[in-house]
Amino acid sequence: MLTSLLSISLGAILINNFIFSQFLGICPFLGCSNKMDTAAGMGLAVIFVMGLASALCWMINEWILMPLDLGFMQTVAYILVIASLVQFIEMFLKKSVPSLYSALGIYLPLITTNCAVLGVVLLNTQNSYNFIESVVYGITGGIGFLVAICLLASVREKIEFADYPKAFEGFAIALVTGGLLSLAFMGFSGMKIF
Amino acid sequence: MNTIIFAIVVLGLLGALFGAVLGLASKIFHVDQDPRLEQVRECLAGANCGGCGYPGCDGYAAAVVAGGPTNKCVVAGPDAAAKIGEIMGVSADATEKMVAHVTCSGSNDVAQPRFNYSGPKTCQAAMLFGGRDSKDCRFACVGLGTCVEACQFGAMSVDNGVAHVDREKCVACGACADVCPKKIIEMVPYKQKVIPTCSSQEKGGVVMKQCDVGCIGCMKCQRECPLKDGPAITVENNLAHIDYSRCIGCGKCATVCPRNIIKWQFGAPRPRPVVEEKKEA
Repeated sequence: MLTSLLSISLGAILINNFIFSQFLGICPFLGCSNKMDTAAGMGLAVIFVMGLASALCWMINEWILMPLDLGFMQTVAYILVIASLVQFIEMFLKKSVPSLYSALGIYLPLITTNCAVLGVVLLNTQNSYNFIESVVYGITGGIGFLVAICLLASVREKIEFADYPKAFEGFAIALVTGGLLSLAFMGFSGMKIF
Repeated sequence: MNTIIFAIVVLGLLGALFGAVLGLASKIFHVDQDPRLEQVRECLAGANCGGCGYPGCDGYAAAVVAGGPTNKCVVAGPDAAAKIGEIMGVSADATEKMVAHVTCSGSNDVAQPRFNYSGPKTCQAAMLFGGRDSKDCRFACVGLGTCVEACQFGAMSVDNGVAHVDREKCVACGACADVCPKKIIEMVPYKQKVIPTCSSQEKGGVVMKQCDVGCIGCMKCQRECPLKDGPAITVENNLAHIDYSRCIGCGKCATVCPRNIIKWQFGAPRPRPVVEEKKEA
Protein backbone atom coordinates (compact mmCIF):
# COMPACT_ATOMS: atom_id res chain seq x y z
CA MET A 1 0.00 0.00 0.00
CA LEU A 2 2.63 2.48 1.12
CA THR A 3 4.94 1.60 -1.72
CA SER A 4 2.17 2.07 -4.26
CA LEU A 5 1.38 5.48 -2.73
CA LEU A 6 5.07 6.41 -2.84
CA SER A 7 5.28 5.33 -6.44
CA ILE A 8 2.17 7.37 -7.29
CA SER A 9 3.57 10.43 -5.51
CA LEU A 10 7.00 10.34 -7.12
CA GLY A 11 5.36 9.62 -10.44
CA ALA A 12 3.08 12.63 -10.17
CA ILE A 13 5.79 15.01 -8.94
CA LEU A 14 8.74 14.04 -11.11
CA ILE A 15 8.23 11.33 -13.71
CA ASN A 16 4.81 12.23 -15.05
CA ASN A 17 4.86 15.86 -13.98
CA PHE A 18 1.58 17.42 -15.06
CA ILE A 19 3.22 20.32 -16.81
CA PHE A 20 6.52 19.00 -18.04
CA SER A 21 5.50 15.63 -19.38
CA GLN A 22 1.72 15.68 -19.70
CA PHE A 23 1.45 19.32 -20.81
CA LEU A 24 -1.63 20.02 -18.74
CA GLY A 25 -2.24 23.38 -17.08
CA ILE A 26 0.10 25.33 -19.33
CA CYS A 27 -2.07 28.46 -19.20
CA PRO A 28 -1.55 29.30 -15.50
CA PHE A 29 2.00 27.93 -15.80
CA LEU A 30 2.83 30.77 -18.20
CA GLY A 31 0.35 33.34 -16.94
CA CYS A 32 1.23 33.29 -13.24
CA SER A 33 4.97 32.67 -13.38
CA ASN A 34 6.18 36.27 -13.61
CA LYS A 35 6.90 36.53 -9.93
CA MET A 36 7.73 33.98 -7.26
CA ASP A 37 4.92 35.19 -4.97
CA THR A 38 2.14 34.72 -7.50
CA ALA A 39 3.65 31.44 -8.68
CA ALA A 40 3.70 30.03 -5.15
CA GLY A 41 0.13 31.24 -4.51
CA MET A 42 -1.11 29.65 -7.71
CA GLY A 43 0.72 26.41 -6.96
CA LEU A 44 -0.76 26.15 -3.46
CA ALA A 45 -4.25 26.84 -4.81
CA VAL A 46 -3.79 24.11 -7.40
CA ILE A 47 -2.71 21.58 -4.74
CA PHE A 48 -5.76 22.48 -2.69
CA VAL A 49 -8.26 22.20 -5.54
CA MET A 50 -6.70 19.10 -7.11
CA GLY A 51 -6.82 17.21 -3.82
CA LEU A 52 -10.43 18.09 -3.11
CA ALA A 53 -11.55 17.54 -6.71
CA SER A 54 -9.94 14.09 -6.73
CA ALA A 55 -11.80 13.12 -3.58
CA LEU A 56 -15.17 14.43 -4.68
CA CYS A 57 -14.94 13.11 -8.22
CA TRP A 58 -13.99 9.68 -6.95
CA MET A 59 -17.18 9.64 -4.89
CA ILE A 60 -19.31 10.85 -7.80
CA ASN A 61 -17.81 8.28 -10.13
CA GLU A 62 -17.90 5.37 -7.72
CA TRP A 63 -21.26 5.99 -6.05
CA ILE A 64 -23.32 7.61 -8.79
CA LEU A 65 -21.95 7.12 -12.28
CA MET A 66 -20.71 3.55 -12.01
CA PRO A 67 -23.78 1.99 -10.32
CA LEU A 68 -26.00 3.70 -12.89
CA ASP A 69 -23.77 2.58 -15.75
CA LEU A 70 -23.12 6.14 -16.92
CA GLY A 71 -19.33 5.92 -17.24
CA PHE A 72 -19.39 7.73 -20.58
CA MET A 73 -20.69 10.87 -18.84
CA GLN A 74 -17.55 11.19 -16.68
CA THR A 75 -16.07 14.24 -18.43
CA VAL A 76 -19.30 16.23 -18.28
CA ALA A 77 -20.02 15.25 -14.70
CA TYR A 78 -16.46 16.06 -13.60
CA ILE A 79 -16.57 19.53 -15.15
CA LEU A 80 -19.81 20.17 -13.30
CA VAL A 81 -18.33 18.90 -10.04
CA ILE A 82 -15.09 20.87 -10.33
CA ALA A 83 -16.80 24.14 -11.24
CA SER A 84 -19.26 23.93 -8.35
CA LEU A 85 -16.55 22.73 -5.97
CA VAL A 86 -14.32 25.71 -6.69
CA GLN A 87 -17.23 28.10 -6.28
CA PHE A 88 -18.13 26.46 -3.00
CA ILE A 89 -14.55 26.55 -1.71
CA GLU A 90 -14.32 30.23 -2.58
CA MET A 91 -17.45 31.06 -0.58
CA PHE A 92 -16.40 28.83 2.28
CA LEU A 93 -12.92 30.34 2.53
CA LYS A 94 -14.23 33.89 2.32
CA LYS A 95 -16.42 33.30 5.35
CA SER A 96 -14.42 30.87 7.44
CA VAL A 97 -10.72 31.32 6.67
CA PRO A 98 -10.29 34.90 5.45
CA SER A 99 -6.50 34.74 5.74
CA LEU A 100 -6.34 31.75 3.37
CA TYR A 101 -8.88 33.46 1.13
CA SER A 102 -6.74 36.56 0.78
CA ALA A 103 -3.76 34.36 -0.11
CA LEU A 104 -5.49 32.06 -2.60
CA GLY A 105 -8.67 33.98 -3.40
CA ILE A 106 -7.71 35.53 -6.70
CA TYR A 107 -6.31 32.26 -8.04
CA LEU A 108 -9.32 30.08 -7.25
CA PRO A 109 -11.58 31.28 -10.10
CA LEU A 110 -8.66 30.83 -12.48
CA ILE A 111 -8.48 27.13 -11.63
CA THR A 112 -12.18 26.47 -12.24
CA THR A 113 -11.57 25.68 -15.88
CA ASN A 114 -8.01 24.45 -15.57
CA CYS A 115 -7.31 21.35 -17.62
CA ALA A 116 -4.79 20.04 -15.06
CA VAL A 117 -7.62 19.63 -12.53
CA LEU A 118 -9.87 17.91 -15.03
CA GLY A 119 -6.87 15.87 -16.14
CA VAL A 120 -6.10 14.59 -12.67
CA VAL A 121 -9.62 13.32 -12.05
CA LEU A 122 -9.85 11.69 -15.47
CA LEU A 123 -6.47 10.01 -14.92
CA ASN A 124 -7.68 8.78 -11.52
CA THR A 125 -10.56 7.02 -13.25
CA GLN A 126 -8.40 5.78 -16.10
CA ASN A 127 -5.88 4.25 -13.68
CA SER A 128 -8.77 2.94 -11.51
CA TYR A 129 -7.23 4.31 -8.32
CA ASN A 130 -9.04 3.76 -5.03
CA PHE A 131 -10.07 6.67 -2.83
CA ILE A 132 -6.77 7.16 -0.99
CA GLU A 133 -4.72 6.72 -4.14
CA SER A 134 -6.90 9.28 -5.93
CA VAL A 135 -6.44 11.89 -3.22
CA VAL A 136 -2.69 11.26 -3.03
CA TYR A 137 -2.40 11.49 -6.81
CA GLY A 138 -4.37 14.75 -6.78
CA ILE A 139 -2.28 16.36 -4.05
CA THR A 140 1.08 15.20 -5.40
CA GLY A 141 0.04 16.23 -8.91
CA GLY A 142 -0.56 19.68 -7.42
CA ILE A 143 2.88 19.55 -5.77
CA GLY A 144 4.35 18.71 -9.16
CA PHE A 145 2.59 21.78 -10.56
CA LEU A 146 3.98 23.91 -7.70
CA VAL A 147 7.50 22.63 -8.36
CA ALA A 148 7.20 23.36 -12.07
CA ILE A 149 5.72 26.85 -11.74
CA CYS A 150 8.20 27.87 -9.03
CA LEU A 151 11.11 26.64 -11.16
CA LEU A 152 9.92 28.67 -14.12
CA ALA A 153 9.21 31.72 -11.96
CA SER A 154 12.70 31.71 -10.48
CA VAL A 155 14.24 31.38 -13.93
CA ARG A 156 12.02 34.13 -15.34
CA GLU A 157 13.00 36.47 -12.51
CA LYS A 158 16.66 35.97 -13.48
CA ILE A 159 15.94 36.26 -17.20
CA GLU A 160 14.73 39.82 -16.62
CA PHE A 161 18.38 40.81 -16.29
CA ALA A 162 19.69 38.77 -19.20
CA ASP A 163 20.60 40.22 -22.55
CA TYR A 164 18.19 38.32 -24.80
CA PRO A 165 17.07 39.50 -28.24
CA LYS A 166 14.24 42.01 -28.26
CA ALA A 167 12.03 39.70 -30.31
CA PHE A 168 12.07 37.11 -27.50
CA GLU A 169 10.68 39.48 -24.91
CA GLY A 170 7.84 38.24 -22.68
CA PHE A 171 6.07 35.01 -23.53
CA ALA A 172 8.49 33.93 -26.22
CA ILE A 173 11.44 33.61 -23.87
CA ALA A 174 9.13 32.08 -21.22
CA LEU A 175 8.04 29.40 -23.67
CA VAL A 176 11.64 28.66 -24.63
CA THR A 177 12.55 28.44 -20.94
CA GLY A 178 9.58 26.20 -20.23
CA GLY A 179 10.60 23.96 -23.11
CA LEU A 180 14.15 23.62 -21.79
CA LEU A 181 12.88 22.85 -18.28
CA SER A 182 10.56 20.26 -19.74
CA LEU A 183 13.47 18.75 -21.64
CA ALA A 184 15.35 18.37 -18.36
CA PHE A 185 12.35 16.66 -16.78
CA MET A 186 12.17 14.28 -19.72
CA GLY A 187 15.22 12.69 -18.11
CA PHE A 188 12.86 11.11 -15.58
CA SER A 189 10.59 9.63 -18.22
CA GLY A 190 10.30 5.86 -18.36
CA MET A 191 11.73 5.45 -14.86
CA LYS A 192 10.02 2.80 -12.83
CA ILE A 193 9.86 2.80 -9.06
CA PHE A 194 9.31 -0.53 -7.34
CA MET B 1 -33.05 5.88 -26.00
CA ASN B 2 -33.58 4.99 -22.39
CA THR B 3 -29.88 5.55 -21.67
CA ILE B 4 -30.04 9.06 -23.08
CA ILE B 5 -33.02 10.01 -20.97
CA PHE B 6 -31.43 8.39 -17.96
CA ALA B 7 -28.20 10.34 -18.49
CA ILE B 8 -30.07 13.60 -18.92
CA VAL B 9 -32.10 13.02 -15.77
CA VAL B 10 -29.10 12.01 -13.66
CA LEU B 11 -26.92 14.90 -14.79
CA GLY B 12 -29.87 17.27 -14.46
CA LEU B 13 -30.39 16.09 -10.91
CA LEU B 14 -26.66 16.42 -10.16
CA GLY B 15 -26.68 19.94 -11.56
CA ALA B 16 -29.77 20.87 -9.59
CA LEU B 17 -28.22 19.42 -6.44
CA PHE B 18 -24.99 21.38 -6.88
CA GLY B 19 -26.99 24.49 -7.72
CA ALA B 20 -29.01 24.09 -4.56
CA VAL B 21 -25.86 23.53 -2.48
CA LEU B 22 -24.21 26.60 -3.97
CA GLY B 23 -27.35 28.67 -3.43
CA LEU B 24 -27.52 27.51 0.15
CA ALA B 25 -23.80 28.13 0.63
CA SER B 26 -24.10 31.68 -0.63
CA LYS B 27 -26.70 32.25 2.08
CA ILE B 28 -24.80 30.46 4.85
CA PHE B 29 -21.38 31.81 3.94
CA HIS B 30 -22.65 35.27 3.12
CA VAL B 31 -20.08 37.86 4.10
CA ASP B 32 -21.54 41.22 4.97
CA GLN B 33 -19.65 43.72 2.89
CA ASP B 34 -19.83 47.39 3.58
CA PRO B 35 -21.81 48.81 0.63
CA ARG B 36 -19.54 51.84 0.77
CA LEU B 37 -16.62 49.61 -0.26
CA GLU B 38 -18.00 49.28 -3.78
CA GLN B 39 -18.76 53.01 -4.01
CA VAL B 40 -15.31 54.02 -2.81
CA ARG B 41 -13.73 51.56 -5.21
CA GLU B 42 -15.54 53.20 -8.12
CA CYS B 43 -14.15 56.63 -7.25
CA LEU B 44 -10.56 55.43 -7.44
CA ALA B 45 -8.56 55.49 -10.62
CA GLY B 46 -8.34 51.71 -10.93
CA ALA B 47 -4.75 51.76 -12.16
CA ASN B 48 -3.59 49.55 -9.25
CA CYS B 49 -0.38 51.58 -9.24
CA GLY B 50 0.16 51.34 -5.48
CA GLY B 51 0.91 55.05 -5.17
CA CYS B 52 -1.35 55.28 -2.14
CA GLY B 53 0.83 52.82 -0.25
CA TYR B 54 -1.85 50.12 -0.14
CA PRO B 55 -1.91 46.87 -2.16
CA GLY B 56 -3.89 48.01 -5.18
CA CYS B 57 -7.13 49.94 -5.46
CA ASP B 58 -9.17 47.28 -3.64
CA GLY B 59 -6.75 47.36 -0.74
CA TYR B 60 -7.00 51.12 -0.50
CA ALA B 61 -10.81 51.07 -0.74
CA ALA B 62 -10.88 48.63 2.18
CA ALA B 63 -8.53 50.90 4.12
CA VAL B 64 -10.73 53.94 3.45
CA VAL B 65 -13.85 52.15 4.66
CA ALA B 66 -11.92 51.09 7.75
CA GLY B 67 -11.32 54.76 8.48
CA GLY B 68 -8.14 55.46 6.54
CA PRO B 69 -7.28 58.76 4.88
CA THR B 70 -9.51 59.62 1.92
CA ASN B 71 -7.01 61.61 -0.10
CA LYS B 72 -4.31 59.08 -0.90
CA CYS B 73 -5.31 58.38 -4.50
CA VAL B 74 -3.17 60.90 -6.31
CA VAL B 75 -4.10 59.47 -9.70
CA ALA B 76 -7.81 60.17 -9.35
CA GLY B 77 -6.99 63.58 -7.88
CA PRO B 78 -8.75 65.92 -5.46
CA ASP B 79 -12.19 65.50 -7.08
CA ALA B 80 -12.21 61.82 -6.27
CA ALA B 81 -10.98 62.57 -2.74
CA ALA B 82 -13.94 64.90 -2.29
CA LYS B 83 -16.35 62.24 -3.58
CA ILE B 84 -14.89 59.59 -1.29
CA GLY B 85 -15.17 62.06 1.57
CA GLU B 86 -18.86 62.48 0.73
CA ILE B 87 -19.41 58.72 0.78
CA MET B 88 -17.56 58.33 4.05
CA GLY B 89 -19.16 61.44 5.55
CA VAL B 90 -15.89 63.20 6.31
CA SER B 91 -14.46 66.33 4.78
CA ALA B 92 -11.66 65.51 2.41
CA ASP B 93 -8.32 67.11 3.03
CA ALA B 94 -7.22 68.65 -0.22
CA THR B 95 -4.43 66.73 -1.87
CA GLU B 96 -1.54 68.75 -3.05
CA LYS B 97 -0.67 67.76 -6.59
CA MET B 98 2.80 66.27 -6.60
CA VAL B 99 5.10 65.30 -9.42
CA ALA B 100 8.21 63.18 -9.59
CA HIS B 101 11.48 64.98 -10.14
CA VAL B 102 14.80 63.45 -11.15
CA THR B 103 17.41 65.22 -9.04
CA CYS B 104 20.30 64.90 -11.46
CA SER B 105 21.35 67.13 -14.34
CA GLY B 106 24.40 65.09 -15.32
CA SER B 107 23.70 64.32 -18.97
CA ASN B 108 26.31 62.50 -20.99
CA ASP B 109 27.81 65.81 -22.15
CA VAL B 110 28.59 67.13 -18.71
CA ALA B 111 29.12 64.11 -16.43
CA GLN B 112 32.51 62.44 -16.69
CA PRO B 113 32.33 58.74 -17.64
CA ARG B 114 34.10 56.07 -15.63
CA PHE B 115 33.99 53.30 -18.22
CA ASN B 116 32.02 52.26 -21.27
CA TYR B 117 29.05 50.13 -20.30
CA SER B 118 27.51 47.68 -22.74
CA GLY B 119 25.66 45.20 -20.52
CA PRO B 120 21.94 44.66 -19.95
CA LYS B 121 19.96 47.84 -20.32
CA THR B 122 18.68 48.17 -16.79
CA CYS B 123 19.96 50.50 -14.11
CA GLN B 124 20.07 47.68 -11.53
CA ALA B 125 22.35 45.60 -13.73
CA ALA B 126 24.64 48.55 -14.42
CA MET B 127 24.92 49.16 -10.69
CA LEU B 128 26.41 45.71 -10.14
CA PHE B 129 29.89 46.93 -11.05
CA GLY B 130 31.04 47.70 -7.54
CA GLY B 131 27.84 49.53 -6.72
CA ARG B 132 28.59 52.23 -9.23
CA ASP B 133 27.54 52.67 -12.80
CA SER B 134 29.46 54.05 -15.74
CA LYS B 135 29.28 57.68 -14.62
CA ASP B 136 32.05 58.89 -12.35
CA CYS B 137 29.60 60.56 -9.96
CA ARG B 138 28.21 58.12 -7.40
CA PHE B 139 24.94 60.01 -7.25
CA ALA B 140 24.28 60.50 -10.96
CA CYS B 141 21.34 59.17 -12.92
CA VAL B 142 22.34 55.87 -14.53
CA GLY B 143 20.23 56.78 -17.55
CA LEU B 144 19.27 53.27 -18.70
CA GLY B 145 15.60 53.88 -18.16
CA THR B 146 14.46 51.43 -15.49
CA CYS B 147 12.15 54.23 -14.35
CA VAL B 148 10.78 54.57 -17.89
CA GLU B 149 9.71 50.94 -17.78
CA ALA B 150 8.28 51.28 -14.29
CA CYS B 151 6.08 54.23 -15.28
CA GLN B 152 2.58 53.10 -16.22
CA PHE B 153 1.62 56.55 -17.43
CA GLY B 154 4.33 57.22 -20.01
CA ALA B 155 5.65 60.18 -18.06
CA MET B 156 9.30 59.17 -17.91
CA SER B 157 11.85 59.48 -20.67
CA VAL B 158 15.62 59.31 -20.89
CA ASP B 159 17.34 62.04 -22.81
CA ASN B 160 21.08 62.01 -23.28
CA GLY B 161 21.74 59.86 -20.24
CA VAL B 162 19.43 61.54 -17.76
CA ALA B 163 15.83 60.64 -16.96
CA HIS B 164 13.18 63.34 -17.30
CA VAL B 165 9.64 63.55 -15.99
CA ASP B 166 6.76 64.84 -18.09
CA ARG B 167 5.12 66.95 -15.40
CA GLU B 168 1.74 66.90 -17.11
CA LYS B 169 1.57 63.12 -17.44
CA CYS B 170 3.06 62.34 -14.01
CA VAL B 171 0.56 61.29 -11.35
CA ALA B 172 3.12 60.98 -8.53
CA CYS B 173 2.47 57.30 -7.89
CA GLY B 174 6.13 56.91 -6.93
CA ALA B 175 6.77 53.76 -8.98
CA CYS B 176 9.85 55.33 -10.59
CA ALA B 177 11.26 56.44 -7.25
CA ASP B 178 10.88 52.89 -5.92
CA VAL B 179 12.80 51.22 -8.73
CA CYS B 180 15.55 53.84 -9.02
CA PRO B 181 18.68 52.12 -7.65
CA LYS B 182 20.23 55.47 -6.77
CA LYS B 183 17.09 56.83 -5.12
CA ILE B 184 17.45 60.16 -6.88
CA ILE B 185 13.79 60.57 -7.89
CA GLU B 186 11.82 62.56 -5.36
CA MET B 187 8.25 63.74 -5.15
CA VAL B 188 7.91 67.51 -5.21
CA PRO B 189 4.84 69.75 -5.14
CA TYR B 190 3.63 70.48 -8.67
CA LYS B 191 3.52 74.21 -7.98
CA GLN B 192 7.07 74.31 -6.62
CA LYS B 193 8.94 76.62 -8.96
CA VAL B 194 12.59 76.04 -8.12
CA ILE B 195 14.06 72.60 -7.50
CA PRO B 196 17.73 71.79 -6.89
CA THR B 197 18.54 69.21 -9.55
CA CYS B 198 21.62 67.45 -8.22
CA SER B 199 22.09 64.65 -5.69
CA SER B 200 25.85 64.67 -5.24
CA GLN B 201 27.01 64.76 -1.64
CA GLU B 202 30.66 64.91 -2.62
CA LYS B 203 32.81 67.85 -1.62
CA GLY B 204 32.99 70.71 -4.10
CA GLY B 205 36.40 69.81 -5.50
CA VAL B 206 35.39 66.24 -6.26
CA VAL B 207 32.17 67.38 -7.92
CA MET B 208 34.15 69.83 -10.08
CA LYS B 209 36.16 66.91 -11.47
CA GLN B 210 33.21 64.58 -11.92
CA CYS B 211 30.57 66.79 -13.44
CA ASP B 212 30.26 70.18 -15.06
CA VAL B 213 26.92 70.92 -13.43
CA GLY B 214 26.99 69.30 -9.97
CA CYS B 215 26.18 71.10 -6.74
CA ILE B 216 29.43 72.16 -5.09
CA GLY B 217 27.85 73.30 -1.86
CA CYS B 218 29.01 76.90 -2.23
CA MET B 219 26.16 78.14 0.03
CA LYS B 220 25.36 81.07 -2.28
CA CYS B 221 21.72 80.01 -2.53
CA GLN B 222 21.41 79.72 1.24
CA ARG B 223 22.77 83.23 1.73
CA GLU B 224 20.53 84.62 -1.00
CA CYS B 225 17.26 83.27 0.41
CA PRO B 226 15.23 86.31 1.57
CA LEU B 227 13.09 84.53 4.16
CA LYS B 228 13.41 86.22 7.54
CA ASP B 229 13.07 83.18 9.77
CA GLY B 230 15.99 81.29 8.31
CA PRO B 231 16.55 80.30 4.67
CA ALA B 232 14.21 77.80 3.01
CA ILE B 233 17.15 76.51 0.97
CA THR B 234 19.97 75.02 2.99
CA VAL B 235 23.16 73.17 2.18
CA GLU B 236 23.53 69.88 4.01
CA ASN B 237 26.14 67.26 3.15
CA ASN B 238 27.50 69.53 0.42
CA LEU B 239 24.12 69.57 -1.31
CA ALA B 240 21.40 72.22 -1.55
CA HIS B 241 17.95 71.24 -0.23
CA ILE B 242 14.74 73.26 -0.35
CA ASP B 243 12.10 73.04 2.35
CA TYR B 244 9.13 73.03 -0.02
CA SER B 245 6.66 73.92 2.69
CA ARG B 246 8.45 77.23 3.32
CA CYS B 247 9.79 78.19 -0.11
CA ILE B 248 7.97 81.19 -1.57
CA GLY B 249 9.32 80.63 -5.07
CA CYS B 250 11.05 83.98 -5.49
CA GLY B 251 13.74 82.31 -7.54
CA LYS B 252 16.66 84.27 -6.15
CA CYS B 253 18.59 81.12 -5.38
CA ALA B 254 18.19 79.99 -8.99
CA THR B 255 19.70 83.19 -10.31
CA VAL B 256 22.81 83.06 -8.14
CA CYS B 257 23.61 79.37 -8.51
CA PRO B 258 27.00 79.27 -10.25
CA ARG B 259 26.41 75.72 -11.50
CA ASN B 260 22.87 76.42 -12.67
CA ILE B 261 21.44 73.33 -11.01
CA ILE B 262 18.57 75.04 -9.22
CA LYS B 263 16.18 74.42 -12.06
CA TRP B 264 13.35 76.76 -12.89
CA GLN B 265 10.33 74.60 -13.70
CA PHE B 266 8.60 74.72 -17.02
CA GLY B 267 5.33 76.63 -16.95
CA ALA B 268 6.31 79.03 -14.24
CA PRO B 269 7.56 82.47 -15.21
CA ARG B 270 11.32 82.76 -15.36
CA PRO B 271 12.81 84.95 -12.69
CA ARG B 272 14.56 88.10 -13.71
CA PRO B 273 18.09 88.39 -12.48
CA VAL B 274 17.81 90.37 -9.30
CA VAL B 275 20.20 93.23 -9.12
CA GLU B 276 21.16 93.63 -5.53
CA GLU B 277 21.60 97.13 -4.30
CA LYS B 278 24.66 97.11 -2.17
CA LYS B 279 24.04 99.20 0.86
CA GLU B 280 27.19 101.04 1.67
CA ALA B 281 27.53 101.87 5.27
